[in-house]
Amino acid sequence: MSGVRVLVGTRKGAFVLRSDGLRKDWDVSGPFFGGWEMYHIKGSPVDPNRIYASQTTSWFGQLIQRSNDGGVTWEPVGNQFNYDGVPGTHQWYDGTPHPWEFARVWHLEPSLTDPDAVLAGVEDAALFQSTDGGQIWSELSGLRNQDSGPSWQPGAGGMCLHSIIVSPKDPDRIFVAISSAGAFRTDDGGKSWRPINKGLHSEGIPDEDAEVGHCVHHITMHPSKPDTLFMQKHWDVMRTDNAGDSWVEISGNLPTDFGFAIDVHAHEPETVYVVPIKSDSEHYPLDGQLRVYRSRSGGNEWEPLTKGLPQSNCYVDVLRDAMSVDSLDRCGLYFGTTGGQVYASNDEGDSWEAIVRDLPAVLSVEVQTLA
Amino acid sequence: MIRVVLPAHLKTLVNVRSEVQLEVDGVASQRSVVDALESRYPVLLGTIRDPTTKRRRPFVRFFACEEDISHDDPEAPLPAAVVSGDEPFFVIGAMAGG
Repeated sequence: MSGVRVLVGTRKGAFVLRSDGLRKDWDVSGPFFGGWEMYHIKGSPVDPNRIYASQTTSWFGQLIQRSNDGGVTWEPVGNQFNYDGVPGTHQWYDGTPHPWEFARVWHLEPSLTDPDAVLAGVEDAALFQSTDGGQIWSELSGLRNQDSGPSWQPGAGGMCLHSIIVSPKDPDRIFVAISSAGAFRTDDGGKSWRPINKGLHSEGIPDEDAEVGHCVHHITMHPSKPDTLFMQKHWDVMRTDNAGDSWVEISGNLPTDFGFAIDVHAHEPETVYVVPIKSDSEHYPLDGQLRVYRSRSGGNEWEPLTKGLPQSNCYVDVLRDAMSVDSLDRCGLYFGTTGGQVYASNDEGDSWEAIVRDLPAVLSVEVQTLA
Repeated sequence: MIRVVLPAHLKTLVNVRSEVQLEVDGVASQRSVVDALESRYPVLLGTIRDPTTKRRRPFVRFFACEEDISHDDPEAPLPAAVVSGDEPFFVIGAMAGG
């Protein structure tokens, strides 16, 4: 029978939530790596038993853990992320030059075709790859070394490369997003990159339409439309239909267009989900009501989804990598909150239930759909 | 025999509950003790010091014989009581709480 496995990274460990295809009854295992920050955990699309996890603390640095049995047991693999060559400087918060320094891995993106190949997005922003199951990491330094690199500046959370999308149509085409530099694309497997931020407009930077400097919070894509991407920017929800050559705003009737998480329905490429957050100074839902918004028209027209979600006194946040979808016949959605809840919907967002309510603050949620 | 006490997170990584006992070749110093530690437990590479520069991570300290020796020369011999095993070499993670 089909089922799902939800991989949850929190501030104090990892958790694995399992259910059958009905997605009503859940088995919860963990914490794994208790006390460590688990920024991201993601499974290989071609071998669901192969899972990679980013384990980190400010005290003891970065580890990468790998599971070959679906998250039951884990083994540490390589944790050396050395920038290629002399890394130089980027801009610090105050505009002064600051040396590039590795801090942590924010996002792991296993290959669509090879379980031993995986990309890692790190802070300070750079893209690394491993082709041996995470043992050895090498930088795709064309990204950091393209012209705008020295002008990149961190967002409040650090200068992190947090989103990685490999085009299912062309493995040489990769999209990444960096806070707060913007979105970038390569068409040659990572050798050369260019900013793809035309159409983004950001108050609070000197040139509001600059080529780089935008605080992109997350990007997502439906595999059947690889030239269409959706973006939750600091403020504004955006879309592109030409692989990032230009973007248009689709915030439409959202009550606030600030937020972090954005995802696309597994079977409907024009059905998009966001979780609006009140503002960049108040990282909680508007009016204390936790609402997912769904657009079935690719943006602009949004409907609130509230059934089963707290509609009063709710002041949690939903972070950028903390929402995911499964690909069962009736698409399931999942998101985690900084209050430690993981909510699941087995009906495309129409209704929600909490799988767990009292985990540490949730940093990431990824779902594996199992045959 | 050098006795090393690790902080809780690192004990978990190397799957030990109490202290670690190490044989160290040559002069027992901060550097040679950590070398021996990383040799026995490769998972600790990068968790105590930078694997390239060998610089101690900022939130990690080394204590011995009731002294903070973090800023001593990493090649300097450790106190005799640590070398004899009468006193442990402590790897400490900075306190955090609230």
